[in-house]
This record gives sequence, structure tokens and C-alpha cells, in this order.
Amino acid sequence: MGELLVQAWTVARKDLVLEFRTRTALISAVVFTALVLTVFNFGRDPTAVPTIDLAPTILWVTFTFAAMLALNRAFQLELENQALEGLLVSPLSRTSLYWGKLIANLVFVAVVEGVGLPLFVLFFDVPVGRVLVPLIGVIALATLGFVAVGTLFSALVIRTRFAELLLVVILLPFLVPPLIGAVQVTARLLGGRPLSEAVGYLKLLAAYDIVFVSLASFLFRFTVDE
Amino acid sequence: MSLAHKGRRITLVALVCVAAVYVRALAFTPVERLQGPAQKIFYLHVPAALWTEAAMILVGLAGTFYLFLKDPRLDRFAEASAEVGTVFATIVLTTGPIWGKPIWGTWWTWDARLTSTLFLFFLYVGYLLVRGAVRDPGLRARYAAVLGICGMCLVPFIHLSVFLFRTLHPQPIILKPSAPSLPSSMLATWLFSLTAFTLLYVGFVTQRYALSLARDAQRGGSPEAGPV
Repeated sequence: MGELLVQAWTVARKDLVLEFRTRTALISAVVFTALVLTVFNFGRDPTAVPTIDLAPTILWVTFTFAAMLALNRAFQLELENQALEGLLVSPLSRTSLYWGKLIANLVFVAVVEGVGLPLFVLFFDVPVGRVLVPLIGVIALATLGFVAVGTLFSALVIRTRFAELLLVVILLPFLVPPLIGAVQVTARLLGGRPLSEAVGYLKLLAAYDIVFVSLASFLFRFTVDE
Repeated sequence: MSLAHKGRRITLVALVCVAAVYVRALAFTPVERLQGPAQKIFYLHVPAALWTEAAMILVGLAGTFYLFLKDPRLDRFAEASAEVGTVFATIVLTTGPIWGKPIWGTWWTWDARLTSTLFLFFLYVGYLLVRGAVRDPGLRARYAAVLGICGMCLVPFIHLSVFLFRTLHPQPIILKPSAPSLPSSMLATWLFSLTAFTLLYVGFVTQRYALSLARDAQRGGSPEAGPV
């Protein structure tokens, strides 16, 4: 287990260093998030629909779209100079390669969400002060689930034609359970309802994370081997 | 008799059975008191829905075994089952609104069952798209198996999430006519229809399987030959 995490961290660190040095993808994703939030503002009639009713939807659609940008990039950057082959012949275990990619993707998405959340609060004037900690908890729980599946699928589509488009098509049905759970819990939090009302959804999110992180860790080796 | 012939025979028998189901449903089964003749669609809709879900589970199971056994027959079966599942999902998604319009007054509603069937349909389409996008047969089978297994595991989650989603908001109509609450004549028609649809599934899958077999044989078994 310790060895696995050390190896995973090596992979994640490589990706993150690359990301923070070039910054192109990260900045694009952050700007994209800001743009989607802006578009949402004009996509509704502010006099007819109260912001608070639409807020959970805005937040989660923005986060899922931003996450998909991040996921597309995860294995794309390994295609240059056959870097993926290099990773595969190195003495890394397949599971630690997956975990490394997962950690790097999670950090990437977390940074985007970290910028997106304050912007969301600023643009839509949503009162999050009281519920900030549980809100961040829900964001973490849902993000882990769909990034876990997304990381597996981004490895799967990389050798196919139309990889970017295909990833979105196969990933979206898998985003439905975490998205429904996250939107419902967020709506209750922002509406000032007690968290106990959303226990069912929290259990759903937790179960999804457990099932799909383990499943993806196991299945990953079948997607990268030649 | 070749496999394709066998499949064609079974399909033919199944289609005759489906026709017979409708003769029985229209002429010899009582009309439901509240829904009227619209309820007759139930005999087509529910068996198709059951097989839509069963086909996805079979795709997932075939994928699981494929990853361990590497038997191309399992992959061919998964491919056939996914295509037939897509057809059945289409039947469910077209007969549903036809029934929904007179009964609910709307073609579509975001009810739990409808939503989960729609996502199952998208799952099938995604699965078939992935199959079409990979040229190498070995790689295609492996990718399809991974996606099939994930799809199989996703089905209960979609069910659960849309179920939670809806039961929190009380529903005006209950879409769960559970089998025992039916009069026995309706139940008999329905069971007959289920048998017909099971045969239809077997017939379609057998034919589709024979088709992949013929395609592989035409390529002389060389895995690197041409696009799909």
C-alpha cells in the first residue's frame, strides 16, 4: 500500500509539475469556468427566476463541464513522444499509474472549483458562509466519484478516433447519479435545510465513490495494456 | 442448420408469438377500467423494458468473463446483446410516450422509470460508439468489456438516484402496476408476451452473433484487417 501511494504520487507530481509550469490548460479551464458562469447569468430571466432556485444547477453544470476539460487532457499529454509507452514500461504498477492520474486530475479539478466557487458566490450573491464546510464536503464527495470514472474513460478513449467527443458521450450517463445527488444536497444546504434531510443522497454519493474508485482501479490495467 | 438460419427461425417463431400476444391482448383480455384500450401497450412495453435491462446486465457479465477468459465468443455475444438491447430500449422509449399522452396527458415526464430507461439507452449508444471507434479487435473487445462492466454497475445507481429524486416529491400517478395486482387473464397475456420477447431476444442475438462470426471469417481471422 505504501509503495503504491509513493508510486502514485510520483506520477501525480510529474503531471502537476508539468501543469503548473505550462499553465495553459489550467488557465483555460479557469477562464472557461468563469465564462460558463457568466453565460448562465444571461441564460435566465433574473426578474422571473430567483437565483437561489437556479444556483445548485448553475454550480454543478459548471463544475461538470470544467471537469470534462480536465479529464480530456489527462492522457492526451501522454500521447506526445509516446510518453504513455514510457510510463507503461517503467516499473510502475498499473494501479499506481491510475491513482497518480486520479490524484493529478483531482488536484486540477479542485483548483478550478476553488476559483469557480468564489466566482459563483460573487456573481450570484448566494449566501454560503454558514454552510461552507458541508458544501465543500459535498463538492469533494461528488468530484471524487466522477473524476474516478472520468480518469478511467479518458484512458479508454485515448486510442480511439474522436477521443474528445467520445469521452463526453460515454461519460455523461455516468455523471448522472453524482450530479443528481450533488444538486439535491447543495439545494438543501443553500436553502438552509438541515443536512439530515439529504442523508439518502449523501449515502448515494459515498456508495458511488466506493464502487467506482475500486472498479476503476481494477479495470484500468485493461485499458492501457497493448 | 447454420447459426444464422437457427436465429432466423427463432425470430420468426417469436414474431408470430408477438402477433398472437396481440390477438390475445385485443380480443381475449379484458379492457382496463381506468386506462381503457391504452393499457394494451403494457403487453409490449414491459417485457421490452425487462429485456432492455437484462441485456445490459448480460453485456456486463460477458465483459467480466471476457477479461479473464479472452474468449472472442463472449465479446461477440456482448456486441449482439448490446445491439438488441438498443433496439428494445428504443421500443420502450417509443411505446412509453404513446401510452403516456392519453394517460398522463404528456408525452414525457421525468419520472424515475423513464429517466433510467433513457440513460440506459444513452449507455447502449455510447457502448456501440466505442466499439465503432476502435479498429483493433482485441483492443475493441477489451475496451467494450471495461465499459460494459461499468455500465452494469451504473444501472442500480441510476435507478437509486432517480428513485430518491422522485419519491421526495409526491407523484400524482403511480407507474407500478405490480404483477400480482393484475387479473389473472391479464397476467397470463403478459407472461405469454414475456415469453415471446425472450424468444425475440434469443433470435435477434443469435442472428447478430452469426453476423459477427461471418464478418470475422471473411477477414480470414486476421485481427488487423480493415475497419468495421
